Amino acid sequence: MKTTNFALVGVGGQGVLLASDILAEVGVRAGFDVKKSEVHGMAQRGGSVLSQVRWGDKVYAPLVGKGEIDFLVSFELLEGLRCLEFLKKEGIAIVNDQRLPPLAVSSGGMEYPSQERIDKALSQASKEYHIVPALAKAQELGTERATNVVLLGALSNHLDVAEEHWLKVVEERVPKKYIELNRKAFAAGRGL
Amino acid sequence: MKVLLSGNEAVARGAYESGVVFASAYPGTPSTEILENIVQYEGIYAEWSPNEKVALDAAIGAAYAGKRALAAMKHVGLNVAAEALFYSSHTGFDGGLVIISADDPGMHSSQNEQDNRHYAKFAKVPMLEPTDSQEAKDFVGLGLEISEKFDTPVLLRLSTRICHSNGLVELGERKTIKDDRKPFARNPTKYCMIPGFARRRHPVMEQRLKDLAEYAETFPYNKVEWGDRSLGLVANGVSYQYAREVFPDASFLRLGMSWPLPEKLIRDFASKAGKVVVVEELDPFLEEHLMMMGVEVAAGKDFFPIVGEFNPGIVRDAAYEAGLVDETVEVQKIDVGELPPRPPVLCAGCPHRPVYYMLKKYGLVVDSDIGCYALAVLPPIATTDTLGCMGASIGVAHGINKAGVEERAVATIGDSTLWHAGMPGLLNVVYNKSNTVTIILDNLTTAMTGHQPHPSTGRTLMGAETAKGDFEALARAMGYGEVRTVDPLNLKELEEALKASLDSNKPAVVVTRSPCIFMYDERPALHYVDLERCNACDRCFEIGCPAIIRSDEIHAKSGNAKAEINSILCFGCAVCEQVCARNAIHMVEE
Repeated sequence: MKTTNFALVGVGGQGVLLASDILAEVGVRAGFDVKKSEVHGMAQRGGSVLSQVRWGDKVYAPLVGKGEIDFLVSFELLEGLRCLEFLKKEGIAIVNDQRLPPLAVSSGGMEYPSQERIDKALSQASKEYHIVPALAKAQELGTERATNVVLLGALSNHLDVAEEHWLKVVEERVPKKYIELNRKAFAAGRGL
Repeated sequence: MKVLLSGNEAVARGAYESGVVFASAYPGTPSTEILENIVQYEGIYAEWSPNEKVALDAAIGAAYAGKRALAAMKHVGLNVAAEALFYSSHTGFDGGLVIISADDPGMHSSQNEQDNRHYAKFAKVPMLEPTDSQEAKDFVGLGLEISEKFDTPVLLRLSTRICHSNGLVELGERKTIKDDRKPFARNPTKYCMIPGFARRRHPVMEQRLKDLAEYAETFPYNKVEWGDRSLGLVANGVSYQYAREVFPDASFLRLGMSWPLPEKLIRDFASKAGKVVVVEELDPFLEEHLMMMGVEVAAGKDFFPIVGEFNPGIVRDAAYEAGLVDETVEVQKIDVGELPPRPPVLCAGCPHRPVYYMLKKYGLVVDSDIGCYALAVLPPIATTDTLGCMGASIGVAHGINKAGVEERAVATIGDSTLWHAGMPGLLNVVYNKSNTVTIILDNLTTAMTGHQPHPSTGRTLMGAETAKGDFEALARAMGYGEVRTVDPLNLKELEEALKASLDSNKPAVVVTRSPCIFMYDERPALHYVDLERCNACDRCFEIGCPAIIRSDEIHAKSGNAKAEINSILCFGCAVCEQVCARNAIHMVEE
């Protein structure tokens, strides 16, 4: 099988890294060789976060360059736009419809991209794209912290991996008292 | 059993399995998680030392005591520890020692880019370079065996993409360790590097390098992988993985040991491969050696960048330029227009922010240091003039003040950084009498690398309670008469202390003490802007807090948007409340 490349992007604190941990482990359970790469450190202070996960029979590099991502999962609209160059032409983008204006916008200097600009760029860059209300779904369930699992649910629709693998890994990775909530979050994502 | 581990987790596991009993480090991205993982294993003593030199001296001591030891640091940490590396290369040990150098090509979280393979050649010690997490684990044990067999420290060089990438790792059992407390193996001619003894050790080191070069010929991870023989790739570390993606069918010589090099193996490979191509991040370390051996390199640093980190795309583009592959990956040109950047910023409520706000107000030259407060270099705070390396701030400020410019220079340095490398500089100011004011930004933790304890937190890496270092007492012991302690979130107090210190025209220390916001269980308060009172003067924006945003309400006279406070980001530090001249910012009453 050829390698499947994922990029998960968002803002520090949104749960991007936990989601990429889960995605990597699901790949292992599904029988793939898996690599994952991310950067820590200074970047965590409210900056952009980018993590890459690769599944395949044999994976060499822990990350790929621009134009090589099959699935872009963005936790935030602006960060999704920033990473569109990573997508393959036939790639798929799943974007949470949340807006987190960076300081350059909130302090009044620059403008957050309009919905029209976002739609246009996404349709240009991807074979198909889905702007999904992951945050709203998570809030309905009681916590915005489950947004990442909703997004994984949405992503899972595009992958041929048994649902049980996903649920098992989610259960193992979230605090015990939030397992039921996260199962629902995953189901909500699959329903999007 | 195979599990997904990051390179750092794998190194920790390798230390556990191979019977390491002593591990030391100073936190530094990308190496920090090595010790944070080692401390979770039974049977290994682990510590955060005040700096990398102390960490390495301590690990050397453990190896002198006949045990297996490990010291970990980021690339620039090895600069700090270089002296210890050199003497330990002369002495060797009764036990075994692996030194982790975690390089940061691309400078994700570092002040400079450097290729620490040069240290192996420089200090005449062997260096191993894993290409993934599995090897990161295995090379700890192999490194210790080499250390013990050849009586030498062994450098294990990682890079950011090895440290922070996960791959599948086969786990093993811990080697059984007997706590065999023997008398110290006294051997002053080997362990005391006075000139007469050191002269005897140097030829031993030279012979050791020759023996190691022989060993390198059979080192199992210096490996030829034959494919299409018209192209022979020579690669190390993670560059090997990138090159494998780009040249799936070519022949490879992958060098798991990058010093000393297996010359016979290299010559043999080069003679059988058509074109020899060297793919290595940063400096042309392998390439230069191959050229010195007379091997013709068809493509090296003339195509593959010397600057920054690689990825498969960069390697592929360079290979395309060099005519080695027929096509590159097409990157779509998407017109997204200009996007607002999202750089990291000091958190809302960060106690460092008001200090820089005040320094800006006084127009001082600000010489700064390594920590979260490096974010004060960039807008919106932009109040830092120089920033070099751990501990540099105080020495530089002293030099500027002695040499003389119109403005006064002050130093800002964090708590952990002061303990790491600030003390000699602090002493220099008072000893050589400059009117430098040193501001110790004490947020009670090593914040940037993830809130590790340090010598004035009263806690060790292993969780034990311990002595708390005292900056004020330290300054007085050095001879400072001007020592002040303030809460930086109280602007009036902060300004008075700064002004009094500057006016004294003497060596002075101001400790600004307030916990990092991550030390709180919950935020102390939340603030809001009374839009009736706000006249959009923008004074609160000058603090540069990410929680202060533009509201939709426009001030009629100025046409300027009034301020608003983002209730999710606001931490309740109340600094904005203190700068507002209109009394328009207030705490939300619960």
